[in-house]
Amino acid sequence: MSIVAALFRRELRSYFSTPVAYVFIVIFLILMGTFTFYLGGFYERGQADLSPFFNYHPWLYLFLVPAIAMRLWAEERKTGSVELLMTLPITPWQAVLGKYLAAWAFTGIALALTFPIWITVNYLGDPDNGAILAAYVGSFLMAGGFLAIGACLSATTKNQVIAFVLTVVACFGFLLSGFPLVLDLFSAWAPQTIVDGVASLSFLTHFSNISKGVIDFRDLVYFALVIAAFLYANTIVLQWKQAD
Amino acid sequence: MIEIHGLTKRYGQHTVVDRLSFSCSAGEVLGFLGPNGAGKSTTMKMLTGFVSPNSGTAAVCGHSISDAPLAARKHLGYLPEGAPCYPEMTPRSFLGFIADVRGLTGKRRKARLDEVIEQLHLGPVLDQSIDTLSKGFKRRVGLAQAILHDPDVLILDEPTDGLDPNQKHEVRDLIRSMSAEKLIVISTHILEEVEAVCSRAIIIASGKILADDTPARLAATSRYYNAVRVTLADESRFDEVRTALERLPSVAQTEPDRARLAITAIVRRGDNGVGPWREISALVADNRWDVASVQLEAGRLDEVFRQITKGTEA
Repeated sequence: MSIVAALFRRELRSYFSTPVAYVFIVIFLILMGTFTFYLGGFYERGQADLSPFFNYHPWLYLFLVPAIAMRLWAEERKTGSVELLMTLPITPWQAVLGKYLAAWAFTGIALALTFPIWITVNYLGDPDNGAILAAYVGSFLMAGGFLAIGACLSATTKNQVIAFVLTVVACFGFLLSGFPLVLDLFSAWAPQTIVDGVASLSFLTHFSNISKGVIDFRDLVYFALVIAAFLYANTIVLQWKQAD
Repeated sequence: MIEIHGLTKRYGQHTVVDRLSFSCSAGEVLGFLGPNGAGKSTTMKMLTGFVSPNSGTAAVCGHSISDAPLAARKHLGYLPEGAPCYPEMTPRSFLGFIADVRGLTGKRRKARLDEVIEQLHLGPVLDQSIDTLSKGFKRRVGLAQAILHDPDVLILDEPTDGLDPNQKHEVRDLIRSMSAEKLIVISTHILEEVEAVCSRAIIIASGKILADDTPARLAATSRYYNAVRVTLADESRFDEVRTALERLPSVAQTEPDRARLAITAIVRRGDNGVGPWREISALVADNRWDVASVQLEAGRLDEVFRQITKGTEA
């Protein structure tokens, strides 16, 4: 465990020793604010809740989380530091977990810094803070899901741009898998059970439950499984591709 | 300490390392020599478990690198080719991170960190980001990382590449000072380095071992071994001296180097030792030639290297 902690600390510190962290956080907060107040019509709705805020999270994550995830392994492979890392006495699991948790904690920090909007809505009205907390948890889990997909794809290439594009496409597929855009790809040839299975993979469906304040055990399990599955795939891709 | 049996690595149709077998033990400094693309780095990557072999086994201190990678790597310090590290970190935080991963704690952690910082003279740059350091300092940070946990086996892929002559000298001193209780494997194509630090040299090309001996014995197979190099003070009697040298029974042939006013007399096989040198010195004295020096050559490793690896390059 102390090895994962050491990897986690190194990784998280490296975000803040380059401009990446600050640029990301500033852009994230500006976009969050813009979406909520202009596109979401936060004031015009006249309701004391944060659904205009949370409704845009999936779309913002679609582009911002791959930007975090793309460097996780692609950069290590590009600079060759992966050779240093993977010849230390650590297991692939520890390496994958340490780096992933750091990236997830970083998105958590960015998400936590949106707290002024929570203060605003509490100042203006009397919202259901339990539901808001649940939505924050859901948003954090969804970010974790995107991040796990991105971490896995980042290990497939040395090129961060390729990692970014692959991740955006994969995340987009997961986001919309409940919609005809994705389902039509399957409904033509696959049996109904598979189509239903694909439909149930949608991030949007699972997130929209949580963002309404309904924490369903199945939604939590869903995100946990997505994260676990992609991190497992990450360890496999890493061992397969690390030396290329 | 290191045992390698039939280690083979293929990329597609191309066999990079071909059934390599050798073993070595503590106290040795093993120099891995070969032309570029000979399979030196790939062998080292397999030895550290970064690349898995297609067949064959490698074991470090009795631990198989494929079956017990963590146990094997605990005994290993490794400097990968090009000394990669995390450019945004400072040497202090980078070495601290390595110490944490290596499980160094408390007094020992501090003592080891202080020692390697001292040994590699990293004091002045500890809090600068590695990105901004010169090539020499980057290389030394990589070396510091490799020796931090005082490993039994050190594997250094081109440890002095990119260093200036003084820094090379320091790194060689460091390697020598650690060699008594450790096994150190270095790869290099700098032949003087092999002569300076290695107790054993393995020459490989196309993934196969072509020679395995001490540098001195390898050099002794050179045709320049025990050759005598006569350097004249001026050019006036150059041809006369050359002809006289060629007439000596122990001299097989001569190689003139007119630009440096030098003639190298290559001696016949079997006429080893200082005999021919004495003979030539006497000849110089008898004829009152005006010479700058009469040197006995120890054999040239670079010539042996070229002989052995000739025609193997792809």
